[in-house]
Amino acid sequence: MAAIKADGLYKVFGPNPERGLKLLQEGTPRDEVHATTGNLGAVIDASFAVQPGQFFVVMGLSGSGKSTLVRMLNRLYEPTAGTVHIDNEDVRALGKEELRKLRATRISMVFQSFALFPHRTVLENVAYGLQVQKVAKDERFERARTALQQVGLGGWEESKPSQLSGGMRQRVGLARALATNADVLLMDEPFSALDPLIRRDMQNQLIELQQELQKTVVFITHDLNEAMLLGDRVAVMKDGQIVQDAIPEEILSAPATDYVREFIQDVDRTRILTAETVMVDPKGTLASGHGPSVAAREMREQQMTDMYVVARNRRLVGAVSDRDVTEAARRGIQRVDEIVRHDYATAAPATPVAELFDLAVEHAMPIAVVGEDGRLLGVIPRVVLLRALGANANSAGTADGGVTGPDGGVTGPDAVGSADAAPTATGAGHSEEATTDA
Amino acid sequence: MPELPRVPLGRWIDSFVDLLRDNLPWLFTGIRTFFATLLDAVEWLVHWPHPLVFIVLAAVLVFWLRSWQFSLFTVLSFGLIWSMDHWDVTMDTLALILVATIVSVAIALPVGIAAARNRTVSQLVRPVLDFMQTLPVFVYLIPAVFFFGIGKVPGLIATLVFAIPPGVRLTELGIRQVDKEVVEAADAFGSTRNQTLVRVQVPLAMASIMQGVNQVIMLALSMVVVAGMIGAGGLGGEVFRGITTLNLPLGFETGLAVVILAIFLDRVTSSFRDRAAAAEA
Ligand SMILES: Nc1ncnc2c1ncn2[C@@H]1O[C@H](COP(=O)(O)OP(=O)(O)O)[C@@H](O)[C@H]1O
Ligand SMILES: [Mg+2]
Repeated sequence: MAAIKADGLYKVFGPNPERGLKLLQEGTPRDEVHATTGNLGAVIDASFAVQPGQFFVVMGLSGSGKSTLVRMLNRLYEPTAGTVHIDNEDVRALGKEELRKLRATRISMVFQSFALFPHRTVLENVAYGLQVQKVAKDERFERARTALQQVGLGGWEESKPSQLSGGMRQRVGLARALATNADVLLMDEPFSALDPLIRRDMQNQLIELQQELQKTVVFITHDLNEAMLLGDRVAVMKDGQIVQDAIPEEILSAPATDYVREFIQDVDRTRILTAETVMVDPKGTLASGHGPSVAAREMREQQMTDMYVVARNRRLVGAVSDRDVTEAARRGIQRVDEIVRHDYATAAPATPVAELFDLAVEHAMPIAVVGEDGRLLGVIPRVVLLRALGANANSAGTADGGVTGPDGGVTGPDAVGSADAAPTATGAGHSEEATTDA
Repeated sequence: MPELPRVPLGRWIDSFVDLLRDNLPWLFTGIRTFFATLLDAVEWLVHWPHPLVFIVLAAVLVFWLRSWQFSLFTVLSFGLIWSMDHWDVTMDTLALILVATIVSVAIALPVGIAAARNRTVSQLVRPVLDFMQTLPVFVYLIPAVFFFGIGKVPGLIATLVFAIPPGVRLTELGIRQVDKEVVEAADAFGSTRNQTLVRVQVPLAMASIMQGVNQVIMLALSMVVVAGMIGAGGLGGEVFRGITTLNLPLGFETGLAVVILAIFLDRVTSSFRDRAAAAEA
């Protein structure tokens, strides 16, 4: 018995959804229906089944209807046509009260923008689902604490969401979903808003949690690597339709359509190591507003002779050496950002590793990986590059760990060598580009 | 040229008003009694403490809300009103404003919420609000006097017509502005519509709602002088008396008292708004 079963789901937005539905069901192309009637088929004839404990990934470009699809499962969006069954129960047949009960106890959800309640503490956020169920205060806070511990956030109960980093906020979102003990977990691009390093952490943590909890998960992503890493089964969506629904290996070895094939070429490209996949967390950074003596102490503690300086939003400002800092302290300079230098190398997250070697040789400091918005995402010390060059690629990063292509693992030198030919994609959204340049 | 037939709109309205007055006298008496009682109660309340006690309480409140500087301003400015011997009329005006604000908010909040949740309501309410705000004050002052006679109640009602629209607008706007995914999250965990409203939408719209309350108060204050013309008393009445008797000192002093009251109420309510905004961040 499937835990979730969707049959012939449609969602049409617009002035007259029924008319749009009829045209779509007659086989009129989606664009034509939209152009002539103004009704948009956001999801068209989607059917799939998810087994209990299965991790089901829905992958597709932005606008392909993923969010709409997942919201029809708990009827945040009312389907225009089709049925949804959760544990054989017809969700569309439920009355208001029964639907509320289903949402409160059997399905929970995690959101792309975290969607925490900003006016409530972390603990109150996590306990929200239980509060709705009228669970007594002591018990609900007890269970909320347990959920927070599961996601590694013990001790943050009384903080407000605004005091947490992005990764921590999404852990609160996850804890809120876990606290109700629902069997089904809907996750709409939960990690898309996070920095690459944090995203990797969260993916790993989710894998661990899932091994323990065995939830039935519907996980939305536009990131192919993420889909391959997490999914027991992957459905690929395009323009509102599911174009393939298969295990990851099959998607790679037998793409159902040209569209999926293009996506996979994208996998081939992302298997090539990029700055983003090999970078590591900078051991320490200095805040731009700090004084030189604070900086000097920090550098001594971390035993580093050079450090990057970042502004409050983690925007990279420059670098300082311990010698400059000592000198500045002697001259009475107030802030380290007055003495930064810029003789280091930076790289975009998607820069192929092959292009990094020369930079690494020319500069003493680790290469700074900087996002489009100027934020310091990570650093690449020379030893990391050497490891990536010498060893099997699988040992260099985790993001490619789940991607086992038809031919098994990827070997370093080959992959790196072919990188020169690959166009440089932008940041985390490479898969967005699959149709344009593949 | 054939003469255009005259549409006797004014006469129709006149007959309509007569009709209402003749057939529903209990309605107007009822409204009048209700507001008069409410006003009396609040007037009694603000007159009850000795001016000194009142000033100290106000100073403590603004010290807690804002700063010692503004606290000092409060003591000096209210002390000035007291020493100029306009304390009682100032309290009358304060009572009128408080009642106007309470009633405006009591009407604006549910209407604004209904408009935010239902597009039809929103579309029906909007032209009415536009009408209320653009209508020249004197146009509804006349029927107000007609129905309720001279005095405080028609002044209050004219003030309400003027002050309610921003309350409704800012409530609706505030609720519509709440992050869509946050509202979805509340729904996704099985909240009822009312739970989502009370636990999520209203708290997160609070800054906007408090901004509305602030505007309601400011508009009510701006109506004080006008209301004074139809016998609502208070500072407005004094200002009006100053104008009609060419008594410049009286007009100036009471005008200044209005300004002091305005600054005080504005600062106090905007502190509440800022606090609500901080809680939402
Ligand atoms: N509430 C809505 N009203 C109208 N159109 C919508 C609505 N929600 C989504 N859409 C449209 O439906 C399509 C699919 O959107 P969505 O499900 O959000 O895609 P994805 O999550 O894959 O990015 C998009 O073209 C979007 O503009
Ligand atoms: Mg989406």
